[in-house]
Amino acid sequence: MTSISSFYRSSVGCKMVMALTGIGLVGFLCAHLAGNLLVFKGPEALNHYARTLRDYLPILWVLRVGLLAMFVLHIVSAIRLTQLNRWARPVAYTNKKNVRSSLSSRTMMLSGLVVLSFVLYHLAHLTFRWTHPEFRELGEFDVYQMLVMSFHSPYVAFFYCLSIVLLMSHLHHGIVSLFQSLGLYHGGLQPVIRAAGAGVSVLLAMGFLSIPIAIFCGWIGL
Amino acid sequence: MNVRLHVWRQQSANAPGKMVQYEATDISPTMSFLEMLDLVNEGLVAKGEEPIAFDHDCREGICGTCSLMINGVAHGPNEATTSCQLHMRSFHEGQDIYIEPWRARAFPVIRDLVTDRSAFDRIIQAGGFVSVNTGGVPDANAIAIPKPDAEAAMDAAACIGCGACVAACKNASAMLFVSAKVSHLSLLPQGKIEGSRRATAMVAQMDLEGFGSCTNTQECEAVCPKEISVASIARLNREFLKASVESSH
Amino acid sequence: MQLDAKVPAGNLESKWTRHKFDMKLVAPANKRKKKVLVVGTGLAGAAAAATLAEQGYQVEAFCYQDSARRAHSIAAQGGINAAKNYQGDGDSIYRLFYDTIKGGDFRAREANVYRLAEVSVQIIDQAVAQGVPFAREYGGLLANRSFGGAQVSRTFYARGQTGQQLLLGAYSALSRQVGCGAVKLHTRSEMLDLVVHEGRARGIIVRNLATGQLTRHVADAVVLATGGYGNTFYLSTNATGCNVTATHRAYKRGAGFANPCYTQIHPTCIPVSGDHQSKLTLMSESLRNDGRVWVPQKQGDKRKPADIPENERDYFLERKYPGFGNLAPRDIASRSAKEACDSGRGIGDSGLGVYLDFSAAISRLGKPLVAERYGNLFQMYEKITAENPYETPMRIYPAVHYTMGGLWVDYNLQSTIPGLFVAGEANFSDHGANRLGASALMQGLADGYFVLPSTLGNYLAENSTPALSVDAPVFQTVQGEVEAQVQKLLSIQGTRSPSSFHRELGLLLWEHCGMARDKAGLEMALRKIPELRKTFWQDVRVTGSGAALNQELEKAGRVADFLEFGELMCLDALSREESCGGHFRTEYQTEDGEAKRDDANFSHASVWEYQDGRAPVMHKEPLVFENVKLATRSYK
Repeated sequence: MTSISSFYRSSVGCKMVMALTGIGLVGFLCAHLAGNLLVFKGPEALNHYARTLRDYLPILWVLRVGLLAMFVLHIVSAIRLTQLNRWARPVAYTNKKNVRSSLSSRTMMLSGLVVLSFVLYHLAHLTFRWTHPEFRELGEFDVYQMLVMSFHSPYVAFFYCLSIVLLMSHLHHGIVSLFQSLGLYHGGLQPVIRAAGAGVSVLLAMGFLSIPIAIFCGWIGL
Repeated sequence: MNVRLHVWRQQSANAPGKMVQYEATDISPTMSFLEMLDLVNEGLVAKGEEPIAFDHDCREGICGTCSLMINGVAHGPNEATTSCQLHMRSFHEGQDIYIEPWRARAFPVIRDLVTDRSAFDRIIQAGGFVSVNTGGVPDANAIAIPKPDAEAAMDAAACIGCGACVAACKNASAMLFVSAKVSHLSLLPQGKIEGSRRATAMVAQMDLEGFGSCTNTQECEAVCPKEISVASIARLNREFLKASVESSH
Repeated sequence: MQLDAKVPAGNLESKWTRHKFDMKLVAPANKRKKKVLVVGTGLAGAAAAATLAEQGYQVEAFCYQDSARRAHSIAAQGGINAAKNYQGDGDSIYRLFYDTIKGGDFRAREANVYRLAEVSVQIIDQAVAQGVPFAREYGGLLANRSFGGAQVSRTFYARGQTGQQLLLGAYSALSRQVGCGAVKLHTRSEMLDLVVHEGRARGIIVRNLATGQLTRHVADAVVLATGGYGNTFYLSTNATGCNVTATHRAYKRGAGFANPCYTQIHPTCIPVSGDHQSKLTLMSESLRNDGRVWVPQKQGDKRKPADIPENERDYFLERKYPGFGNLAPRDIASRSAKEACDSGRGIGDSGLGVYLDFSAAISRLGKPLVAERYGNLFQMYEKITAENPYETPMRIYPAVHYTMGGLWVDYNLQSTIPGLFVAGEANFSDHGANRLGASALMQGLADGYFVLPSTLGNYLAENSTPALSVDAPVFQTVQGEVEAQVQKLLSIQGTRSPSSFHRELGLLLWEHCGMARDKAGLEMALRKIPELRKTFWQDVRVTGSGAALNQELEKAGRVADFLEFGELMCLDALSREESCGGHFRTEYQTEDGEAKRDDANFSHASVWEYQDGRAPVMHKEPLVFENVKLATRSYK
């Protein structure tokens, strides 16, 4: 136990926790997107998927708890490291240029916070249905209809799109970074990892963006 | 040529500092950046003002003493160049040049542009060595070392410990420095033996000194005058992970 | 002043082994009670401090730099010699010994040089064990190169950064001892005086450069490893902070100073580009392996090098020394360049430069191979001069590089003050009148790792030093003198900066005590230096206070010592009426302009004893050569 706590207390160990939880979260995103894309197959496919998940409620809860734990750990570690990093430079430069670092790498906290607020809204929106009381009148698993109704609102569609773009930025740096934090970013692997980071983040974003855009533009509807 | 300097002046560690403007006139483009500062200082001394304090020693890019943040970039605009090897021909007539010290909690300002980088030494003291005493060592050719390993170790060992990596990092992280030393030694059979202990001890000391964490922005690699690669940070992370796994058994 | 070299009896090969056995040891329990101060943390100082601490002594180490790793040993490029004979090309301890003695123009002590060659092999073992990444062959064994015209390949190297890597090795050993509490390290700490009590060196007075605070340190013995005095010339390849203060103060406290006129002028440095120049940069000697040195045949020929046809160029080294050509030893190559420039054929705006041309090498070997051999050096040259050596010849000129003279030491590296030991470039012992390439690193580490820890132990075993406190009157007196000097410097408030005096002294010495010296010039310098010193003490302006980081005050203190020491250099040069190695007196040359040694009258080390208020007295340590036959160096 002491070795785990000293591991986590060190800045390097803490970064590894961020990397490992990041892997889990990226995995979740991939699975989530695969399910979401069923929207293009029509209402039955999507709603059947949603219902099937509920059929395995105990497993779903295990996954949910695991996901929540990773999410919380990722955020807590990020806050801890950010505090440490701010503390490490008490006096700012009056003039500072960035030579190689990417914008996404320097704005991880910002993109992360927007993604966090999005996740909270997303849960309130579709899982708990607090934001749209009218959803309660729908059938319990009519996910399809909820989506279509929501994304007809330009505000909701825009916020979803914005969040997904920032999520892409977050992943663009995060995926490469996690390999570095776990010590896997070296030699011939470097270009592969960089390409994978860009590819995975862009593909995920395109996938997630396709749904609100398709609905808002009326390509799919009721 | 003439340039306008904006220089951080700070009397002592605890005194407040501020940017002060100086005109540097009749500068030759063949001068090194530090010789330009020498000239400005001669002018200040002639006026009875205290010259700008800055660290420098070998002036040939190897001792790692010089440490200036020039126009927002550690060691200035030229790649793979220390402040002392930068020449005024890299600037243009009338340019505004901002000069600041390395800024990090672990590198407190002593005066003006001079900072205390002894934190780096304490990190080395925590484990940046091979534990051998003088004498009684095997013949130098007793252990063959593959040439690529020796070359890779040399790449990492080229670090001059100037602290530009810390200065450039948005988190004031010392990971490039620490990883260069860890990489250099862990790539050689002589250093591999205590690799785990070294990585753990050096990372612990690094944290204790108040450096930030590495968020893999690679800004350090871009300003490193000796072009140390961030691949060495990955190597340090591996060593650290290995050490943590070993210690949990 | 007694100059007993204490060379052990017996034949050359067995002296050191025998001596190591004869020396007394300190019992482990007593070592803990003995304290040693080591000043300087370059190769010699860091190695000595680490080794002494490993053996169990209490050690305090001091350096003026902000980190022990920044001492100027770090700048050595080429390599380190060792008689390993890994290449099987006929090298041996005896050959390295002979080459060093001959290279030094027969002005070094045989027994010391032999010991240096003997322990050279251990240095490489030690460095490799510490993790020094020397260059290797594909088979995994260590690579060697031939260096500085040596006929065997005995030079070990780590790219062009051998000094850096060896220093990092010694620094890591030192850091290990600091980490476990065996060494107390004081950085940004400059030794300003030596404390001698009852005839023995017992402590030092140190100024903390960050705070200005003076502190007293007492010990059973003091080691000076503070480097050479090349910066007396203002412009040299030394770091700007290198200074003579520690050794000069020791000299003023009674330590004999040997051969201060021996300075090495390195032929391949980047020429001075203007009055603003603050230091000179060395380009590795290895460039002369493929570069051809030339000047125009006509005086004042200001055409571009490419416009000067082959038959109007003078490849003067190849012309004068057909046997060695461009690889003639450092002193000879430097002097020839100076002669060419003195005859009005120097190149560049200042006329103080010669070409080092790679066009022949590029057409013979191809650009890729030249780039592989010298790419990093070409890059460095281009960084400084903004000229591309692949397209236009390099401009080079000699510059002060190393000083062979230093505090006189006996075989045990002990100075004429008991308890004061001197290691590395700071002592005079091994290089005679000229140092061979790749031998400075060897000597620093030999002294620090292997010689000094043994001989110092013997001193501590043989001498029980009485208890002494830093509150003792002797410490108060010396600190008072240091304080007085600091106050004096601050109070003059004249009109000139310390650097301006330093620059003037440097020019004077370069002119009259540089590559070529003569009686008239030296006498003139001996008149002018005291005048300059007098002006300094009346007109220097030191801003700020003594109670904080004050770089002007640091400079002023160092310049004050250079102004005294420069005079000693000229005195020594004047008294040595012969030419040898780096010391070339124009009056003493052969018909074809080569150095003419006078073994009958000058086969000795000149050791100077300070006299308060009077001219120093010179003593002689005769050099006895029992194993080598004195010969005239010829590189024709």
